Amino acid sequence: MIHIEDLTKYYGQLCAVDHISLDIQKGEILGLLGPNGAGKTTTLRMLTGFLHPTLGEISVKNFTIKNDALEIKKLIGYLPESAPLYQDMLVYDYLNYVAGIRDLDDQNKTSRVRSLADQCGLKEVMHQPIGELSKGYKQRVGLAHAMMNDPEILVLDEPTSGLDPNQIVEIRQIMREIGKEKTVILSTHILSEAEATCDRIVIIDHGKIAADGDTESLRQSAGGEYRITLLIQNAPADAVKKQLSQIEGITHILPAPEPGGGDTPLLRINIMCRAGVDLRAAIYQKIKETDWVLLELHQETKSLESIFRDLTKEN
Amino acid sequence: MSQAIRIFRKEFATYFISPIAYIVISFFLLVTGWFFFTTFFLRNQASLRTFFDLLPITFSFVVPAITMRLFSEEFNLGSYEILLTLPVTFRDVVLGKFVAAVAMVAAMLLPTVAYSITVSFLGQLDWGPVVGGYVGAILLGAAYCGIGLFASSVTRNQIVAFIIGMAICFCLTLLDKMLFFLPRSMLAFLEYLGADYHFSNISKGIIDSRDLLYFLSVAFVSLYGAHLSLQEKH
Repeated sequence: MIHIEDLTKYYGQLCAVDHISLDIQKGEILGLLGPNGAGKTTTLRMLTGFLHPTLGEISVKNFTIKNDALEIKKLIGYLPESAPLYQDMLVYDYLNYVAGIRDLDDQNKTSRVRSLADQCGLKEVMHQPIGELSKGYKQRVGLAHAMMNDPEILVLDEPTSGLDPNQIVEIRQIMREIGKEKTVILSTHILSEAEATCDRIVIIDHGKIAADGDTESLRQSAGGEYRITLLIQNAPADAVKKQLSQIEGITHILPAPEPGGGDTPLLRINIMCRAGVDLRAAIYQKIKETDWVLLELHQETKSLESIFRDLTKEN
Repeated sequence: MSQAIRIFRKEFATYFISPIAYIVISFFLLVTGWFFFTTFFLRNQASLRTFFDLLPITFSFVVPAITMRLFSEEFNLGSYEILLTLPVTFRDVVLGKFVAAVAMVAAMLLPTVAYSITVSFLGQLDWGPVVGGYVGAILLGAAYCGIGLFASSVTRNQIVAFIIGMAICFCLTLLDKMLFFLPRSMLAFLEYLGADYHFSNISKGIIDSRDLLYFLSVAFVSLYGAHLSLQEKH
């Protein structure tokens, strides 16, 4: 569907996007993730035809951005960051204007504007100037703008920034709904959002792709170690360390006293284990040999947050 | 082309949604009305000469005020990004905005038709120069709109756009009054460059293709400049 090859953008001396290549399939919800200034917005701006790439090629279906920018723009609905819309226009007038530019005829126009107002929850504000709306409503108008011609590709730059939790859930639902048939590309720096909505995550850092895959494969590839946390009653720290260090595959044992035990002292133990082996059973067996009371045992997979931090850490 | 028409409609409507149109029109009518009627009864002539004579100077201030927001506001707000990612070309955008500005100038001139009607009741008004004057005023307005649009396309600051536009229009207006200070060999050429020189021809009722060509080429060159400046930002 979308083929990006060797995409590069320089702002003067500064390289914002550095030889990115990507293939995006139809029906994919792709999350572009990265710290501030990583090149997410620049990439999206080149994809939507707002900026010219310094180098490289973008093609959508069989159109290239160099020769058929107009055709590509017809296929893409775009919501820029923080929805910069005309402040003086009424929501209704604005949506009608966009419907006109998107070449909807008069009959379809009315029904489309109405159904979008419904879908994006804009009914109450249709006759207010956009400049007087709250940020959440502006974002919704922007979303309605992007979805106007029922585009095959929806590009959203930080669609949920500035929204309240209810609105975030609503917008995610809309994105997932659209993503069933259409291609959705969204940029964000909120990891849980990417995790909750995207089929595929591309992490960009310093203009380069640092990782690419679904959440599961990203976790696996980040691999290395995982952590098991225990909460034990009645156990001295030294003895625990000694007992558990007999198990093969444990790299670190970090016991720390836990407050709130009363007369019987509690001990919280963080155990780092080498990836690939499940050590929960072995740990349980070892503790069963003693008279300690095991209150909690749970295994943490590496969170997307830590993967992200590892990949985009400043060197 | 149809996209340019849609952009024109939106831009023209926006003038009247915000207070700009009303402020600019009232200011224009106040200034021209004052200067025209204060001397009108002293001259005791049924003509609109003084009104048209003053137009190039008034337009140098008023037209850049109309055009200053056209691109600068979009750059500043960021809505330019939305505009350009819609299926439109640079040509549609420049043309739509230009025609909207010219239409705004026409809307501003419309109430002054009342002057000529008033004058025609007071004496024998020769309608030839009046019609010529209005044709010339629209052409002059179009040329200055082009310049203003170019000024607006180079900066995100509306005030800077206004000052650049006003400076260029002002120079073109005053050029043929400054000829005295300029080298003799260039006189003919510089006189041709002055907007006032061409406008005074038309407002006498003489429609000469050289004058038409002058206004159209000023408009074209500045619109092309705006086009280039937008492409550069791309």
